[in-house]
Amino acid sequence: MDIPYTVTARPDTGVYNAKVGIWLFLASEVMLFGGLFSAYIFLRIGAPAWPGMLGGQLYKTSFDILNVPIGTFNTMVLIASSVTIVMSWASLMMNDFGKYKRYMGLTILCGLAFLVVKAFEYNAKFSHGLFPAEGNFLAIYFTLTGLHGLHVVGGIIVNSYFWGPGSKMWKTDPKRFTNRIEVAGLYWHFVDIVWIFLFPTIYLL
Amino acid sequence: MAKNAHNKDLQVAHPETSHAHGEHHPELGFWRKYVFSTDHKIIGLQYGFTALFFLLFGFTLVMIMRWQLAYPGEAIPLIGWLFSEESMPGGVMLPEFYNQLGAMHGTIMVFLGVVPLAVGAFGNYVVPLQIGAPDMAFPKLNMASYWAYFLGGVVMLSSFFVPAGAAKAGWTSYPPLANIETMGQTMWLLGMVFLITSSLLGAINFLTTIIQLRAEGLTFMRFPFFVWAQLITSFLLLLAFPPLEAAAILQLMDRLAGTSFFMPGGLVVSGQVMDISGGGSPLLWQHLFWFLAHPEVYVLILPAMGIVAEIIANNTRKPLWGYKAMVYSVIFLGFMSFIVWAHHMFITGMGTAISAFFQITTMIISIPSVIILSALFLSLWGGSIRFTTPMLFALGFLPMFGIGGLTGLPLGLAPTDIHLHDTYYVIGHFHYVVAPGTILALFAGIYYWYPKITGRSMNDLLGKIHFWGTIICMNFIFMPMFIQGLAGVSRRLYDGGQLYQFAQPVLKWNEVMSIAAWIMGLVQIVFIVNLFMSIRKGKKVSDNPWEATTLEWSATSSPPLAHGNFETMPQVYRGPYEYSVPGNSRDFAPQNEPEEKVSAA
Repeated sequence: MDIPYTVTARPDTGVYNAKVGIWLFLASEVMLFGGLFSAYIFLRIGAPAWPGMLGGQLYKTSFDILNVPIGTFNTMVLIASSVTIVMSWASLMMNDFGKYKRYMGLTILCGLAFLVVKAFEYNAKFSHGLFPAEGNFLAIYFTLTGLHGLHVVGGIIVNSYFWGPGSKMWKTDPKRFTNRIEVAGLYWHFVDIVWIFLFPTIYLL
Repeated sequence: MAKNAHNKDLQVAHPETSHAHGEHHPELGFWRKYVFSTDHKIIGLQYGFTALFFLLFGFTLVMIMRWQLAYPGEAIPLIGWLFSEESMPGGVMLPEFYNQLGAMHGTIMVFLGVVPLAVGAFGNYVVPLQIGAPDMAFPKLNMASYWAYFLGGVVMLSSFFVPAGAAKAGWTSYPPLANIETMGQTMWLLGMVFLITSSLLGAINFLTTIIQLRAEGLTFMRFPFFVWAQLITSFLLLLAFPPLEAAAILQLMDRLAGTSFFMPGGLVVSGQVMDISGGGSPLLWQHLFWFLAHPEVYVLILPAMGIVAEIIANNTRKPLWGYKAMVYSVIFLGFMSFIVWAHHMFITGMGTAISAFFQITTMIISIPSVIILSALFLSLWGGSIRFTTPMLFALGFLPMFGIGGLTGLPLGLAPTDIHLHDTYYVIGHFHYVVAPGTILALFAGIYYWYPKITGRSMNDLLGKIHFWGTIICMNFIFMPMFIQGLAGVSRRLYDGGQLYQFAQPVLKWNEVMSIAAWIMGLVQIVFIVNLFMSIRKGKKVSDNPWEATTLEWSATSSPPLAHGNFETMPQVYRGPYEYSVPGNSRDFAPQNEPEEKVSAA
């Protein structure tokens, strides 16, 4: 007897197993980032000035220290990638594997572009001697964006697998493969949403 | 005797059906079958044996500590030479080593012993069988979950061998102490990251399995209470552990990248001002830690309640009293457990308004616990009780957990907590919940499901010796802790309080507690012998030796691997505990037998 509802939806719940699994996983991720955001609020309320003294210099607002235009650009890149991953799933639903490949490829490229931009941002901070140990603003900035960056890396690895070797499943089990892309898409949207909260909290407020 | 005769009848009624199916699956090699297995039953057993090992290991740590508490400064006989000069020069324990043992005892018992046994082992083995599923929803994740747990255990154990030894800052790892600790603390944090990952994967798997793979007709209100307990437990693990993971990440940053998340400015350590940016808060760690660690208490206790409920219904031969009230209570309890955490922090100076809030929520959460415990007590009323070994353990659980729960009330009220905080009273309280409470229930579960796993029952006489020895010793260990705690003895003193005038009248209890602990260690040998001997020598029993109603008993004993639990998905016709229904041919009506089969012909 095989495990039921791996591909088709269970009639009374209306979903297949992996979809339940990914939503539960995302719920726990919300709690992970929720804990970190709470830590941010907790520390900021207790701080006399924010960002405050960093590397011997007083910063009055966060955009004195972080580059808002570059952050905005990166936000756009991630939002675009959320659109393309939906398109890649929709292409599979419409039985167009070639289109899927193109859209998924674009999603991966957007993810990589985000990381490259982020690396330049990090480098700019490091070269000015702004390390996490300098103060809590930078500690929060590096920890939160770093953890988010790791999630982006994870998403890129999964998406690349489904773009490359994992896509063989399209020939053997198209329904299941489409489900996998849907699940990967849900995760990718979550990574995007985390950034949409991160960007204003750290860069703008 | 009458029961045995009945078992033989049943064996005749159910001819050997095992090995009949599962043949069409390719035979797996040894490694895939028993080591890197994806079968929930093998994984459950892997969890079970690993967790039992860690329980024994954690208990050994405390048995060594208890020598120091009973006879401070005296060399440990027999085993003293085993330890290095840095921990026990000449067999005499150093304070640093005592702190390592204390911190690691707590960590190992909670995160590597009880939770993996209650959730990983029992949840994995029993839940899919009880809901009529062929396996867990994600078998590969299940395997990953076990191996993450295993790696976490290896990291924790190996931390004893790094320079300056294992973590010494207590199982709660409060900063700033934990931040300036030696390398063992970093190992502790890394180990926790593995354990949290393991719990997370497990929780996702349990929830998906219970929601998606229920048998036909098995609605939520037909779940055995054990399944409900595991469902709520999984929600707690899923949602409460991530904030601790966040906290572990922040503490790792503090230790490795030099940040000050938990470090206030101007901190002086050993007469030197620390070179840090400051601006952090030690309280932040406490909030994040207890946001996990309070729900964790319910993770420890709910599966135990589930096991006890199964065994009580089965051995009283009647339905659970107030099944619905129990289910609603467990749901409410799960929800409330997220908003009581700061009752661990009354004396941190967080303010009376916040204390008042958490005091109220804490009093509210005691209500569903009391409802569940009362329902279990009332279930005994008018039952024709079978005093089997698992039933003895389940009955022992009720008053022991009652003591644990009720002694918690003075800790939940801020004014009384000021006196009792960080004394032995706290140790007594939560050990009554977890040791004579949860661990008795886990033993009950082992005796109860052993026939399903092996097809043989464990020895009754040895089981009864194990029960009486354990419960008597446990009370001699933990009851005096209340006396010491009320006298004001702090929980963290490595000489047990020798230097304090006020502690003198209660110091004599230390020896009593230690001797009881060592006798209890000896009693566990009876259990270990019974556990392993019964695999080959135990009495052969039928598929349903306890004449139980829930689905796992309709599967063959030690069900075939590779999704072979049931030949077809079972159909469920009724609630979980239809015992002694008037007009039926037998005093139990299995969930999967249609009406015409159970009613008297």
